[in-house]
Amino acid sequence: MSSRAVTGTALVFLVAMAGYFLLPVYWLFVAATKSTGELASTPGLWFGHLDLLTNLRALFARDGGVYLRWVVNSLLYAGAGAVFGTLLAAMAGYALSMWEFRGREAVFSVILGGVLVPATALALPLFLLFARFGLTNTFWAVFLPSVVSPFGVYLSRIYVAASVPADLVEAARIDGAGEYRIFFTVVARLMSPALVTIFLFQFVAVWNNFFLPLIMLSDQRLYPVTLGLWAWNSTASHDSALQTLSITGSFVSIVPLVVAFLSLQRYWRSGLATGAVKT
Amino acid sequence: MGFLAPFAIGYAVFYLLPVGYAVYQSLLRVRRVGGVFGTTHQVFAGVSQYSALLSDRAFRASVVRVVVFGVVQIPVMIAVSLTLALLLDSKIVRFRRFFRLSFFVPYAVPGVIAAIMWGSLYAPNLSPLSDLGVHTDFLSPRLVLWSIANVGLWAYAGYNMLIMYAALQAVPPEVYEAAAIDGAGGLAVAWRIKVPLLRPAIVLTAVFSIIGCLQLFTEPEVFRSVTANISSTYTPNLAAYSTAAGNNYNAAAAMSVALAAVTCVLSFGFLRFAQRRFGS
Repeated sequence: MSSRAVTGTALVFLVAMAGYFLLPVYWLFVAATKSTGELASTPGLWFGHLDLLTNLRALFARDGGVYLRWVVNSLLYAGAGAVFGTLLAAMAGYALSMWEFRGREAVFSVILGGVLVPATALALPLFLLFARFGLTNTFWAVFLPSVVSPFGVYLSRIYVAASVPADLVEAARIDGAGEYRIFFTVVARLMSPALVTIFLFQFVAVWNNFFLPLIMLSDQRLYPVTLGLWAWNSTASHDSALQTLSITGSFVSIVPLVVAFLSLQRYWRSGLATGAVKT
Repeated sequence: MGFLAPFAIGYAVFYLLPVGYAVYQSLLRVRRVGGVFGTTHQVFAGVSQYSALLSDRAFRASVVRVVVFGVVQIPVMIAVSLTLALLLDSKIVRFRRFFRLSFFVPYAVPGVIAAIMWGSLYAPNLSPLSDLGVHTDFLSPRLVLWSIANVGLWAYAGYNMLIMYAALQAVPPEVYEAAAIDGAGGLAVAWRIKVPLLRPAIVLTAVFSIIGCLQLFTEPEVFRSVTANISSTYTPNLAAYSTAAGNNYNAAAAMSVALAAVTCVLSFGFLRFAQRRFGS
């Protein structure tokens, strides 16, 4: 094949793949503008009567505005989980990289093993444990397990080893700075690209988590948005208005995420490169 | 030690303790004393939950199902991700930034929402494909597993592509200059230089895909509301969930432990195999 033909074939393939990845999201947008009746009666990929505002009003009014509450819950679970998760992972990764102590590699191996443990296998026993302390169906049941990120420890250890000079930490010690002060003023600044990446990974992991809240929560007011939409979607056969609402709600909840993800893409790339190259 | 302690405590409480507790629970069974209305208490049962699991046909079928799923879906997904990453890295086409961003969009869509969306796309009354004259029943017993596989491909191919692309971007340009001097063409460079360099990234994505596919839960659970062709024991996780929902915690714990063990064996085994085979 001539190089022209190669380029042409590649372009056609890439356009087809872009269509594959984007069309379902486009369909979701179009569907969010339709009434329940029109969902089935009009062509899926083109607009019918534009009812987006009606749908949005219904979405935020349903069950006393529970949808907005779900979104806020998701932001709290994912935001707070990622902030604390990043802090704990960064401190642990720093300690494991910078300090020599007996059994260090063994500790690191046990933590790395945690990356391979399926989160869903932990959720059931966690439920039984939390039930003993009356903690199921509370904010804490979803939040507390979310602050532990073995993958974050792994990333921050690699990053500290590569970009925090031991001499610098030693110099700060000689100047009389305390360990916490060194960490929060010197080390944290040097680690900031890794911190952003760990935050993003943990935020997404918690935001997308479905199994843990499904098992832990029975009170709808504590649901994250994913669980709430699932609940609406699975009762849509009894209440057809819920079909429109779960579609509109799905669309509304992913818009800020898509925007945030695409604008932060370079952090994903750098984080993924660190993780992949060192394996 | 103050730096390691907060994480270590969290890890012990939310990772190690549940694993230990699940193992402990899986070795018990519920015994009822004094007839149907009597009191219940847990007694030690040895490995009887596990032997019951081995003879549980539905559970065995669910394990086989996710393994078959993985054997087909993971290689296809990795081939797609690899092709996309190599094409975007090769600079032979324009609009690379647009393509890269559009492939990454599905990663911003949570699994539940992806499943709700695709569930509607597959539903015969809503599917835009039926406007185009395609009347395949994607939710039929024969096809539904592969319809789920497609959701997984859609959701993760772009993410895996980005892992590989990031690894390619980290390759120093001198490597390619040497190849150009040797007169290697684009395809030869891709196959003989880039793919070997990508091995660690490919192995990493494969390991995470193996873990993910054995845990398959969200998509089948969501699809249960649009089709009757997914049983409550369709995947091992779904089986554990419905067993726990039926208050049989000991059997559910045994399922969780067995699944975690199979996952560790397969993912770690694959890692070992890849390291020995490719030395990566």
